[in-house]
Amino acid sequence: MKKFLYTLIFIFLLSILFTGVAFAQEPLPSDDEVNAVASQLYCPVCESTPLDVCPTEACRQWRDLIRQQLADGMTEDQIKQYFVDNYGARVLAEPPKQGYFWLAYLLPPVLILAGAIMLFRSFKVWTKPQAASTGLDEEKSDPSKDEYVARFEEEIKKRN
Amino acid sequence: MIAEFGYGIALVSFLVAVYSIFAAVYGATKKSASMVESARRAMLLTFPLISLAAGALIYLLVTNQFNVAFVYEVTSRSMPTYLKVTAWWGGQAGSLLFWSWLLAAFTSAVTLRKWDRDIEFLPWVIVVCSVTLVFFLGMVIFYENPFTRFWLVNGSVEPHMFAPLNATIFTPDDGNGLNPLLRHPGMVIHPPMLYLGFVSYVIPYAFAMAALITGRTDDRWIRLTRRWSLWAWLFLSFGLVLGGRWAYDVLGWGGYWGWDPVEIAAFMPWLTGTAFLHSVMIQEKRGMLKHWNMILVILTYALVIFGTFLTRSGVLSSVHAFANSPIGPLFMGFVSTTLVASIALVIYRWPTLRSETEMKSMLSREALFLLNNLLFMSILVVCFWGVIFPLISELFTGQKVTVGPPFYERATAPLFSALLFLSAVAPLSAWGHSTIQTLGRAIWKSAAAAAVVTITLFFTYTNKIGALIGFFLIALILFVTFQEFWRGTRARQQAQGENFLTALSRLMGRNRRRYGGYIIHISMALMAIGILGIELFQTSTQGALAKDETLTISGYTLQYKELASWEDRGEGVNYTRAVVDIFKDGEYIGELNPRIDYYFDSQQNMTIPGNRSTLKDDLYVLLVDWQPVSAVGATFKVYVNPLVNWLWIGSLVFLVGIVFAAWPDRDPAEEPARRSVTQRANQTSAADD
Repeated sequence: MKKFLYTLIFIFLLSILFTGVAFAQEPLPSDDEVNAVASQLYCPVCESTPLDVCPTEACRQWRDLIRQQLADGMTEDQIKQYFVDNYGARVLAEPPKQGYFWLAYLLPPVLILAGAIMLFRSFKVWTKPQAASTGLDEEKSDPSKDEYVARFEEEIKKRN
Repeated sequence: MIAEFGYGIALVSFLVAVYSIFAAVYGATKKSASMVESARRAMLLTFPLISLAAGALIYLLVTNQFNVAFVYEVTSRSMPTYLKVTAWWGGQAGSLLFWSWLLAAFTSAVTLRKWDRDIEFLPWVIVVCSVTLVFFLGMVIFYENPFTRFWLVNGSVEPHMFAPLNATIFTPDDGNGLNPLLRHPGMVIHPPMLYLGFVSYVIPYAFAMAALITGRTDDRWIRLTRRWSLWAWLFLSFGLVLGGRWAYDVLGWGGYWGWDPVEIAAFMPWLTGTAFLHSVMIQEKRGMLKHWNMILVILTYALVIFGTFLTRSGVLSSVHAFANSPIGPLFMGFVSTTLVASIALVIYRWPTLRSETEMKSMLSREALFLLNNLLFMSILVVCFWGVIFPLISELFTGQKVTVGPPFYERATAPLFSALLFLSAVAPLSAWGHSTIQTLGRAIWKSAAAAAVVTITLFFTYTNKIGALIGFFLIALILFVTFQEFWRGTRARQQAQGENFLTALSRLMGRNRRRYGGYIIHISMALMAIGILGIELFQTSTQGALAKDETLTISGYTLQYKELASWEDRGEGVNYTRAVVDIFKDGEYIGELNPRIDYYFDSQQNMTIPGNRSTLKDDLYVLLVDWQPVSAVGATFKVYVNPLVNWLWIGSLVFLVGIVFAAWPDRDPAEEPARRSVTQRANQTSAADD
């Protein structure tokens, strides 16, 4: 009887212990949490395919790896860095903002700005004579208001 | 026998096209009308010849001649006949022959027109078209031959056109089959539409070059090719839209546009083509921007070839694949040579391309069109740089990088917004001269109405600033454009005493290009609603469900009911289909059946979403995974895509607008006589086309 009681107490303690362990376990990150990270990464093997939608078995395993890394407490940036370290910068959705890769970000705005400046300079060149003529149109249309013409007329009158 | 026949005919076509180049150059330089006519007939002959070659290839495809390498690669016994025919453009070699066939057809159509006073253009149009045709036929004959067959040589299988010594023909039992992704109806039509757009742009380019070579650099070449440009734009636009729809239906990632380099390759000539469509109007109306129009048409042609090069050379997967590809360097050489030669011609004719008039106002229609061109070119710069930067990076640093959607979206969003704003303002400005006051007077009512719509949306739909700006611009375009229709119709009613509908239809019928353009503006606004919806408001979730378990997203509840899997041996496909009940706010609204099709021949999956589409949103459900033995559980990815249907509705309206604008309604030869009358009439209107 005593032995039976000890066995019961042992089972009870064991069950409490296991229950405690089970309660202490964090639930695995959800698919949405995994996809939130995976969508920022590109499949290291396929062309132009985000990791969250890539159907290959390799990508499935990489998503599981992200799930495990999240469960282990890694941050998004740490996970991304892990993939960059292992598979290169191509796994990022954009070139990293460092060193030579800045060229990717800087060249388009520089070219666009240059285009805009060229266009507005051309506008100025185009509109300048016209603006002058628009302003002076009425005066020019009246020869008496044109100083040069008036003087010219006066000279002719004098000669006559 | 058929393969040799097809190859032989392709070779003859190539030689005939080469002859037409020399005959046309000789005829033009020696002023020999008979040689020019000979060149024209040679050019005309290429179309039936290439048709015969294409017919031979189609015969091989539909009769399962798997000893032909191309047939083996793109077809299988289980494919239906219509797919075997469309497999013609499903692989590289066939698609190059398809390109050549379309170009021969278009060039024939051009050379058959009445040339009369434009006869001096004819030999040079033939030269440019034939040079392009010779390039593509050369690819087919020397590098990407679709008629190559398998031969058994000393125990190994080798592809050759003609039998090597001691070789016997080798015929596999079955073919690889077409990539399942290419079996979708959208994908069956999408490539031909893109190719039609690409090839059509060769014609305006050929006329531009003819104008530069002959020195007739007035706007005659533009008037002659106006409809070609519009049809080219129609085909290219339709091709892009079909590609987007295909991606949405088949690729299984809940979107329609992924800023993939292949998509961008087709988008870039569309950008320059759209800028060109606006810019030529300035030349026609004001005799300005002659240099710029030449540059735009040259760029469009170069981007058409460059786009084909990007998708065909393997350069996108790796610069090393490009270097190893037999056709990659040739494409690059052809693009560079034609670009340099064309720009050299523009520089040579620079003095004759001076503007006839000057820009009077920075708010005039022509000035706003120029701004529009700047914006299109800016988007082109972003796209071009985004596509080639990974190649440059790999070439110079050995490091591959990805330039994905965040890069493009951030860079192009303000540019597209500015384009929307211009679409609203430009129709209200006048050719020649406009001021802030005149524009303000014309736009204030529409702007006030758009502001009311935006405030209403703020209280009822969203408080996102980006979205509200977007909706304001969309509403502004719609109000301005409808106001233009209303104003024109009312004016006509008063002048002619017609009823509203008659006045509207006659107004539109007599100004097809202007009102076709307005319809296109409306379609752009509708498409922008869909783009804003999916880009800014898309939500998604993923979850594994046991039978009768539910998943909730944005007011929808999905309940997994069952899953079935079966094989169709005839089609060579294994289907796995889930049944999911859908509830909206607790009320049952229907059933969706996402599925995965597995194709045995190519050993590839195709993910087909279950989609419930309304004007408000799309519920887009993908079957991601399932437990095959007991089928008690399955994983679903679910997207709610708000307003995305407006994108497709806008696309249809867009097509209506282009067809309306491009529809032939008069003999172009009569136009110069009528132009002065039209101009006088237009001077009375501040807002003409």
